[in-house]
Amino acid sequence: MNKRKLQNYLGVSVLSLAILITFGFLIVFIIRMFYMGSSVLSWDFVFSSPQKGMTAGGIFPAVVGTFWLTTLAILIAMPLGVFTAIYLTNYGKPVWLVRILRISINTLAGTPSIIFGLFGMAIFVNLMGFNISLLSGALTLAILALPMIINNTEEAIRSVPKDFSDASLALGATQRQTILRVLLPTALPNILTSTIISIGRIAGETAPIMFTAATFYSRRLPKSWNDEVMALPYHIYALMTEGTHAEAQVPIAYGTALVLLMMVLSISAIAIYTRYAIRRNRKW
Amino acid sequence: MKGYKEKLFKAITYTASLFTIVALFGIIISLFSEGLPIFKNVPIAKFLGSSAWYPTHEFPEFGAFTLIMGSIFVSLGALIIGIPLGLGSAIFVSEIAGSRLKEIVKPIIELLAGIPSVVYGLFGMAFLAPLVRVWFNLDTGLNLFTVSVVLGVMIVPIIASLSEDALANVPKSIREASLALGATKTECIFRAVVPAAKNGIIGSVLIGFGRAIGETMVVLMVAGGSAQIPHSMFDSIRPMTSTIAAEMGETVMGDMHYSSLFALAILLFIITFVTNLVTELVFLRRSYR
Repeated sequence: MNKRKLQNYLGVSVLSLAILITFGFLIVFIIRMFYMGSSVLSWDFVFSSPQKGMTAGGIFPAVVGTFWLTTLAILIAMPLGVFTAIYLTNYGKPVWLVRILRISINTLAGTPSIIFGLFGMAIFVNLMGFNISLLSGALTLAILALPMIINNTEEAIRSVPKDFSDASLALGATQRQTILRVLLPTALPNILTSTIISIGRIAGETAPIMFTAATFYSRRLPKSWNDEVMALPYHIYALMTEGTHAEAQVPIAYGTALVLLMMVLSISAIAIYTRYAIRRNRKW
Repeated sequence: MKGYKEKLFKAITYTASLFTIVALFGIIISLFSEGLPIFKNVPIAKFLGSSAWYPTHEFPEFGAFTLIMGSIFVSLGALIIGIPLGLGSAIFVSEIAGSRLKEIVKPIIELLAGIPSVVYGLFGMAFLAPLVRVWFNLDTGLNLFTVSVVLGVMIVPIIASLSEDALANVPKSIREASLALGATKTECIFRAVVPAAKNGIIGSVLIGFGRAIGETMVVLMVAGGSAQIPHSMFDSIRPMTSTIAAEMGETVMGDMHYSSLFALAILLFIITFVTNLVTELVFLRRSYR
């Protein structure tokens, strides 16, 4: 009996250890980022341009670049994703099309991000002649975000009780009216929170924009969708691997990473919190 | 008039759905049309089997064997770290933690999933690698061991959240029956609950593998980048993804080097596609309906 108690105690301890190690890593990671990043972080760092070939100055063009890349990508992917989810949840015919669609969504979701980058380079940059530009990058990121948005929206719509649409249809509303006035408004908070999470994901993507949008060094802000842009994630990579002044560049890389991390994590934290709040306050 | 609006709306949703399918086929077609030309000059067997990757030599050679092995070693290394941590966390959250602890732990794991890979890369390169170099008295900390640790932590949230779903789906009666027969908590977990959730857990591991083998930024920054079959876990290593990312900038569109990198991408795509398909159909049993 004692042997089994000991075994039980050991089992529970090992499982707790797994989560302690994970959290330990996270804590070391966060502390390191804040400790190293805060030494360069200031309003001036965020809102001024880089100087002296990356060894001084701020990261404002990269902040603006990431903002536009992410915003455009979501604006492109959101309508496509939501309409696709409506098709899947409400129409869903013919069956063979749905089957192909589901396989496509799952395959896209599991495809490595570097492959999206190559695709964007071959199609948008070269074939369509958009060059390395904000537009090419945003389109590439939009395709990357599409499966996430479809899956999240579908889940949100499916979580609306069937009674709601039954009641609406029984009152004589058409299917379109039911979708637009009953299903979507009810599912909207969930759709928005999960969209926010995908904003966080694509804002931090590097591989898809490496060959489609990003440039290492630019002192001016992007003026049109045709310009190359700096972007926060690519900036971190470039600071760590290009250039010759490591001792000046590494602190800037940490500062950039901290800015990116705070953006992404605060966005996700808000979304995750809102989702829990919605779940708790839901009346149905 | 009403019927016309209905039809228009339905047509819009159809059209939007087609975009996803078009995007996937666009990816497949672009990869193959840019990548297949290399096989006119280099036989497939040589591409897959030879270890000589000298794309920029006067007489270039394109043998991707070391790069493929690099990807496999890195992913397995990541799984060695990621499975115990991720699965342990999932079991802890699902079976041991009370509901209040669960409400704290789950969002934190979700938050971990939101950290951009390039930031993990920075952390591995600027913090972990120097530590590893000093601890183990090496020439460089950028090696298989360091990259496995970073990638392993990166896939913890994936393995943890999917395994937890699988564990949560195990009927309560199984736990109750096991405990009623006098099993301890640990016995109940490892002899009743985990075996019942086996398929979902294997599925989560395969998804984690797919993520690790396709990850680019971390391996590009932390793996060290020399093309060799590693002899020890402290050897520098070069997977397919980092080769594509590092060398694409040097190529001219349409030349053999360019095409060989797309061929690597085809291989990568096939590996992740098959992994995902097997996972979905066999282990997660998602119906395509």
